[in-house]
Amino acid sequence: MTATRDPVQRNLSHLDELEAEAIHIMREVAAERERPVLLFSGGKDSIVLLRLAEKAFRPAKFPFPVMHVDTGHNFPEVIEFRDRRVAELGERLVVASVQESIDKGRVVEETGPRASRNRLQTTTLLDAIAEHGFDAALGGARRDEERARAKERIFSFRDDFGQWNPRAQRPELWNLYNARIRKGEQIRVFPISNWTELDVWQYVAREQLELPRIYFAHQREVFRRDGMLYAASDFVERLPGEDPFPATVRFRTVGDMTCTGGVLSEAATIDEVVTEIAATRVTERGETRADDRVSEAAMEDRKRVGYF
Amino acid sequence: MATSEQMLHSALLRLVTAGSVDDGKSTLIGRLLYDTKQILADQLEHIEDASRRRGNDYVDLALLTDGLRAEREQGITIDVAYRSFVTPRRRFQLADAPGHVQYTRNMVTGASTADLAVILVDARKGVVEQTRRHSYIAAMLELPHVVFAVNKMDLVDYSEERFDEIARDLAGLAARLGLHDPHTIPISALKGDNVVDRGDGMPWYGGTTLLEHLETVEIAGDRNLEDRRFPVQWVIRPQAAEFHDYRGYAGQVASGVWRPGDEVVVLPAGLRSRVGAIDAAGEELADAVPGQSVTIRLADDVDVARGDLLADPECPPVVARELLARVCWMSERPLTPRARLLVKQTTRTVPALVDELVSVVEIETLEERPAPEQLVLNDLALVRLRLAEPVAVDPYAVNRATGAFILVDEATNDTIGAGMVVEAS
Ligand SMILES: Nc1nc2c(ncn2[C@@H]2O[C@H](COP(=O)(O)OP(=O)(O)O)[C@@H](O)[C@H]2O)c(=O)[nH]1
Repeated sequence: MTATRDPVQRNLSHLDELEAEAIHIMREVAAERERPVLLFSGGKDSIVLLRLAEKAFRPAKFPFPVMHVDTGHNFPEVIEFRDRRVAELGERLVVASVQESIDKGRVVEETGPRASRNRLQTTTLLDAIAEHGFDAALGGARRDEERARAKERIFSFRDDFGQWNPRAQRPELWNLYNARIRKGEQIRVFPISNWTELDVWQYVAREQLELPRIYFAHQREVFRRDGMLYAASDFVERLPGEDPFPATVRFRTVGDMTCTGGVLSEAATIDEVVTEIAATRVTERGETRADDRVSEAAMEDRKRVGYF
Repeated sequence: MATSEQMLHSALLRLVTAGSVDDGKSTLIGRLLYDTKQILADQLEHIEDASRRRGNDYVDLALLTDGLRAEREQGITIDVAYRSFVTPRRRFQLADAPGHVQYTRNMVTGASTADLAVILVDARKGVVEQTRRHSYIAAMLELPHVVFAVNKMDLVDYSEERFDEIARDLAGLAARLGLHDPHTIPISALKGDNVVDRGDGMPWYGGTTLLEHLETVEIAGDRNLEDRRFPVQWVIRPQAAEFHDYRGYAGQVASGVWRPGDEVVVLPAGLRSRVGAIDAAGEELADAVPGQSVTIRLADDVDVARGDLLADPECPPVVARELLARVCWMSERPLTPRARLLVKQTTRTVPALVDELVSVVEIETLEERPAPEQLVLNDLALVRLRLAEPVAVDPYAVNRATGAFILVDEATNDTIGAGMVVEAS
């Protein structure tokens, strides 16, 4: 922290400011809610959240467990990383499983080549929140990811059905967050709302955070669909003509394998990725998340039904 | 594009934009993003499509800032939207507050975290009621910097005379309201003149473009570096043998520069101690400055909890049970004298009673009308509050961090107002 501060002007760098803001938000949640949980996807944004939680609460343990909603179709590298990282931190991991929701008949699996478990996650998440009695869920969403998010508050209120109502948001003033809720209601809290993808990568570089290998250029079998490259796996049924071929790719997000596309890239280190992103011409979600492409208002529709 | 090294060191400027409907705010923001090359291929494709569908013959940059479905249907912005952009010199965080009358509360919200306000003025109309309202809010929230962007200069033939006339009116308004660091810049958001690039419409204008101004405005001195204030958010007490005696007070420095050895008074109780150490991420810091989130350990074993304020005993804040404050009322339900509500100030929440509605501001004239019967949504008023428990506060004009509070409805839990301390006792 001290290293990047100008000693004469006493100016914080933009990363220092964003970091301090996020730490403040996490501590407010811990202080004002009884049962918070930190949602961890294994992706870079939630890896940053873990680092921020260390900065907010060490040398004590986190005042909340870490929860992963596992679609069962995740990249194996990400699951391996998740287990190792949480163990290193000595924190408690809760896994909410979409497979279990399917087995219990809570949701019905989609079928066909475009089947994805992405939509099913909503039910699994809400069930897990109810089961554990969580009243606040910290997540790594950012306002620059999608246009609907630009208007969402840092503390986002959900009714008993986990639904977001963009018209009934509380005004958020200064750094005075109002985390009060009634029984049965929950809040979603986004400490890195104001970060951009580039900020996240710069922070990963500055803090030397380890990321799952799929974020860096590697060889794998992929196939092309709708102008995007998907990892060939047992989870995705390929259409005729979607023949897999080897390519050097990296992933910009680590969602479910069925809807996360990779980009051709030679960037094998954090610095190379930062350089590539600084020059990039396509937004993260537009490029690599099939779930957002379905309709113009895709994200907004899913948020209304409780999606993160 | 800046090197990553440069950008790691660039500061963050938070700005809020305000203007009446159709003054061109969306176009201006779109222009800023477009000319600073923040628009990515898929976003551009998206607005080109949408422009075509609307039958426009040009790419409507305003569509870039268009948000939720409801607004798209109504063709109007309804809420505060936050957006980031970056240039080689600075990282910007922009709060976009919509213009129509009933959304005063949105501008107050957007302005509360801002270092700078950009207020749009239509060159054809000059200073209108909304200009006064937005300027009043910028003054009330003590924004350290204000820029009036006189837009649509292309529609007044880029007239220097017209600009000078408006600039004079604005200077009068700024002086009357006590705006900090006001600047006036003639622009055309549609054509791009003086937004990012100079353009050739106004060779008579010798000042900076809007972006140059945003990139160079000096923000290092905006924070209060004098009066040490540290609201305690959270007490860190590890349940581990190796940290058996560790007791750290976690929080974000509100003001002042903190160093080990500094004398401390714990308020409201009044206990005394000294700073033992300042921790951040497992390291001990030599000092901590406003805005930083750190953990302070005290030299003595004193009783400190969330909601307490650590301060410099040489210049302590007022420990108050009565506040005279500027309030922006944000609820559909009117506020009447004797109403009970909660005040959240720094990390402390206390019950309060409305003792008196002293006056409300008439925006048309900027005059104060005394003793209103009630406050309605978007009213800006002077209010006297009595608190059930003491809080440690400073006047907002001296300290934005310890002088600000929100009002919360105990029954609905909604945030129903924003307050700024004028006097405390
Ligand atoms: N001629 C001209 N028209 C402008 C300028 N800026 C905005 N407009 C137009 O004014 C109208 C309102 O602009 P918009 O950005 O939607 O306004 P907002 O309601 O303040 O967001 C649109 O038709 C714009 O094209 C300008 O500098 N010159």
